[in-house]
Amino acid sequence: MGDASAGTSVAASKPIRDLSTLVPYFFILPAVAIMLAGLLYPVIQAFYLSFYDWKIGTDFEDAPFVGLRHFIRMVGDENVWESIWVTIRFGFWTISIEMFLGVSLALLLEKPIRGASVFRTIFILPLMVSPVVVGLIWRYLFDARVGWINYYLGLIGIEPQVWLGDADLAFFAIVFTDIWQWTPFIFIIVIAGLQALPSEVLEASKIDGANWWQHIFFVKLPMIRSILLIALLMRLIDVFRALEVMYILTGGGPGRSTELLSLHIYNRAFDTQQLGYASAISVLLIAIVTILSLGILKMGNPMKEKTDI
Amino acid sequence: MAARQISNPPGIWGHYGALIVLALITLTPIWVMVATGFKDDVLVQQKEPVWFFFFPTLENYDYIMTRGKFDRYLWNSTIVGVSATFLTLLSGGLCAYALARMEFRGRVLVANSTLLVRMVPPAVLAVPAFAMVINFSLNNDLAVLIFFYTALNLPFAIWLLFGFYKQIPVELEEAAIVDGATPLQVFFRVLMPLMKSGYAVAGIFTFRIAWNEFILALLLTGRTTRTLPVGAAGFITDTGVEWGRIMAMGTLIVIPPLLFTFFAARQIIAGMTAGAVKG
Repeated sequence: MGDASAGTSVAASKPIRDLSTLVPYFFILPAVAIMLAGLLYPVIQAFYLSFYDWKIGTDFEDAPFVGLRHFIRMVGDENVWESIWVTIRFGFWTISIEMFLGVSLALLLEKPIRGASVFRTIFILPLMVSPVVVGLIWRYLFDARVGWINYYLGLIGIEPQVWLGDADLAFFAIVFTDIWQWTPFIFIIVIAGLQALPSEVLEASKIDGANWWQHIFFVKLPMIRSILLIALLMRLIDVFRALEVMYILTGGGPGRSTELLSLHIYNRAFDTQQLGYASAISVLLIAIVTILSLGILKMGNPMKEKTDI
Repeated sequence: MAARQISNPPGIWGHYGALIVLALITLTPIWVMVATGFKDDVLVQQKEPVWFFFFPTLENYDYIMTRGKFDRYLWNSTIVGVSATFLTLLSGGLCAYALARMEFRGRVLVANSTLLVRMVPPAVLAVPAFAMVINFSLNNDLAVLIFFYTALNLPFAIWLLFGFYKQIPVELEEAAIVDGATPLQVFFRVLMPLMKSGYAVAGIFTFRIAWNEFILALLLTGRTTRTLPVGAAGFITDTGVEWGRIMAMGTLIVIPPLLFTFFAARQIIAGMTAGAVKG
């Protein structure tokens, strides 16, 4: 909304502007209409539904208006808090391990080598595989009876575990799966960032006699700070969006030990059939994700930057 | 390790060795899936894993092709993937072009909100989408799925295409306009050929999401409209888990995304890192 005056200002160098002022609106209309109806309208409807006690199988017309009761119930709902806590723990372990492994490996292996593109291709494969398939593969590997993990642990003397049937082990399993899927990605983008650093600065630091650790912590890492920060924020948002892998792997159980917030909303809505209450929890999720997204936006909307040039 | 100097990086063999180990860790689970899909039930149920040397069987593939309704799921997934990709590229391309090249009231608002709605969690869409299907009796209609996948993909596609439009010099359009071309002619005739790689990247991302998506598909499809991921998950429920069949199905599902990866890895990485690494 900031450039309200731009439409009438003089910019003679761009002949496109001389066309009818309505043309841009015809161009954006289809996309904006689909996004309004398919993304914004559902968000608004989530707000709306959160005021009603609507259950699956009943007509919405019969659903009683409950005002803010869902939200009041939510504040004291242990299950909601538990799933938020699971999400936070999951985010903490996955993101810190993925960042640590991805960044360390990238620092060790950043030198351009022949055949790098082959490795890059391999490292993005886990992200191209359907989340459902990722969940199925790891459910097989973690399987208590025929799973490969139990077999190889058995070879080194560890008793077979019911990985997906124990709260702590199941949590470990979803963390492990996420690390397998995302560490290669962090590795690739950090390497891309490191290789794009201007060589003069790196040379200068070398001449100044910085040792290996100083070189990394005072020169390299600060220079790729923005990459690390955006990667961190995006992974954080992903943690709040994730549900498909866990849906297949554990379904959120045992108990609620692997039920991330998104999965909790889904299970609330379609397992316990409380559509209204699930919508109220959605509103909370929308708030969290919006705040995180504003963080990314604040770090620079690329579309805005590029057009300001 | 701490004493290592910058001028003395680890040997090239150590470098390759480390990368190969990482690549093997990455590939192992995918290989397990492919191998298991070709194993008979005895081998699958056997405790000791067999990595490479077994007599492959096609019985799992035979089952999912003939009795697993694979053809139906494949058809649905293809229709949904192709339609959502086409709609996303067309409407997203028009929008990205306007944002990149035209001045209009509300341009910044549209640009900012596009980035903001990119992060809407699929779980938030689930209940309203379900309500929409019930209210308008749209159950068993692939159009609903196509519509939501288009909406989910548009923000990222617009953002990606915007960057590609920005890289094209404006002189070409100016020349076309002087020759009397309308904005739509400029868009389709002048710029479309130059935007091939941009549309290819955006298309791969859109198709991948539409092809892989599970949770909305599970909710919004019925017996005749199930997509591949929903079909694969369906093998879990019955009497125990049919691992051989599941893995065969999984292998077939990942073929298109893997083909894209092999042919366009560079572009995919460019797209994935567009948010993190500024060009």
